[in-house]
Amino acid sequence: MHEKTIAELAAGLAAGTFSSLELTRSCLERIERLNPELNAVVTVDAEGALEAARRADERRANGESGPLLGVPVLHKDIFCTRGMRTSCGSRMLDSFVAPYDAHVVERLREAGAVTLGKTNMDEFAMGSSNETSFYGPARNPWDADAVPGGSSGGSAAAVAARLAPAATGTDTGGSIRQPAAMCGISGLKPTYGRVSRYGMIAFASSLDQGGPMARSAEDLALLLEGMAGFDWRDSTSVDRAVPRYVEGLDGPLDGLRIGLPREYFGDGLDGTVAAALDAAIEEYRRLGAQVREVSLPNTHLAVPVYYVIAPAEASSNLARYDGVRFGYRCENPRDLEDMYKRSRGEGFGAEVKRRIMVGTYALSAGYYDAYYLKAQQVRRLIRDDFLKAFEEVDVIMGPTAPTAAFNIGEKTADPVQMYLSDVYTLAVNLAGLPALSIPAGQANGRPVGLQIIGSYFDEGRLLNAAHRFQQATDWHAAVPGGFE
Amino acid sequence: MALQPDQVDQIAHLARLSIDERDIPEYTRNLSDILEFVEQLSAVDTTGVEPLAHPLEMTQRLRPDEVTETDQRELFQAVAPATEEGLYLVPRVIE
Repeated sequence: MHEKTIAELAAGLAAGTFSSLELTRSCLERIERLNPELNAVVTVDAEGALEAARRADERRANGESGPLLGVPVLHKDIFCTRGMRTSCGSRMLDSFVAPYDAHVVERLREAGAVTLGKTNMDEFAMGSSNETSFYGPARNPWDADAVPGGSSGGSAAAVAARLAPAATGTDTGGSIRQPAAMCGISGLKPTYGRVSRYGMIAFASSLDQGGPMARSAEDLALLLEGMAGFDWRDSTSVDRAVPRYVEGLDGPLDGLRIGLPREYFGDGLDGTVAAALDAAIEEYRRLGAQVREVSLPNTHLAVPVYYVIAPAEASSNLARYDGVRFGYRCENPRDLEDMYKRSRGEGFGAEVKRRIMVGTYALSAGYYDAYYLKAQQVRRLIRDDFLKAFEEVDVIMGPTAPTAAFNIGEKTADPVQMYLSDVYTLAVNLAGLPALSIPAGQANGRPVGLQIIGSYFDEGRLLNAAHRFQQATDWHAAVPGGFE
Repeated sequence: MALQPDQVDQIAHLARLSIDERDIPEYTRNLSDILEFVEQLSAVDTTGVEPLAHPLEMTQRLRPDEVTETDQRELFQAVAPATEEGLYLVPRVIE
């Protein structure tokens, strides 16, 4: 059963070929057997999962149906799950049991999805390799020496290794798309505001967006329909009807105008990645699309803008971890200030501390205009580049990451080098646009992702373009050795 | 922008982070690298460009001022490091 997509599982469940209980048991067995080498899952809730599976089977027996009814999923450990540990990959929240469910968790549960457990991630989603996790990095199923990408590295590794058919992720600067690319799965970052941030532990609130990770574009469509929708508890949630994404998957691509930003194909892009992308673009031509070059001239400024705005917002958001109401508290504090400082100093890892300090500095008296305000101005220039490009084309395509997965330890010594691995994904968050990554080839045995960026709320067109590609190719069906 | 170790100390204090004295040189180097990297923004001409705070430039929604939350103090305090009679305990502030 583990090789099936959600669409196939839904058909099997509907036909009574297998029950949710059998399916859930099969996932739990794979997690137990394969996760020790992958470290992709940090919390397993076997008892809760089996109970939810039984309930899903009951609901079906009572006449309910739906594509997610009885389908097992994993949640990135950034989503609050009531009664279940929600660690965010941090010592700070190592023993934090969330008192409520995130909107996404609630929505998927209502649709009948079965929560298997929680996935590993970079601490507070700050990282591009899963190496900043308090629990150690998840491994890439394609190569145990390689990182799975980050920050949703555990989710990507788990889906690629067929531990679960799908997982949730969050994307602040590429954290769904980049690990999806590196692990050879499909991942979608929706338009900012499409999916509620309620109960999703905040990193950089003007950039954070939750989304689905799965093995096909069709599954992403099914999951997004389940996750998206207005939620009054998130002040930036957008009140706009959720389309039936699945219904638009099969539309022809004749005349689809694809833009290739010349800035995405220049220096810094690995040659084998570029070759894989060329072949993918050629496939789109065969499918009837028109390809032309576009320009996003401020692309090179996305990384510096991001590394002002994201740390600034993070330093403010993470001020809540003070050792008072929840989370880690140091032993024997001398006084209140000592308690704050040591709880935070001991509870956070090095990368989180670095970003809090960068943000604190950027927001401090005398520097605000030079850093934060300046970054917000350039942010507008970056967004305007996209708006201009979308006057000429329907979608923008390019690499998700400049290289295939790098090795564990390769970039940890130099934070700026690590940041540059997100050069093609960050701008999308700054602009608030939707984008997805789908497998489009391999470089030296490691997967390569094709990124497709759309205009606001144009998720349907992205999913359509991705689905048609997956009907014509089989990169998305490739299984890492040892996980067949 | 190269920071000095005492500036890193001061930033850590503002952020209420205890940093081990031995780690200060590395943080100083890392933070200086990051700030130097973002320095390239200062060369961009942004005259007359409005800062973009929200990607969709939406205004914050208002909600009716009504009671919607029920009392869940016990549930929420169950995850606190130290409480007593419904209060959060912290080291003594006033002697």
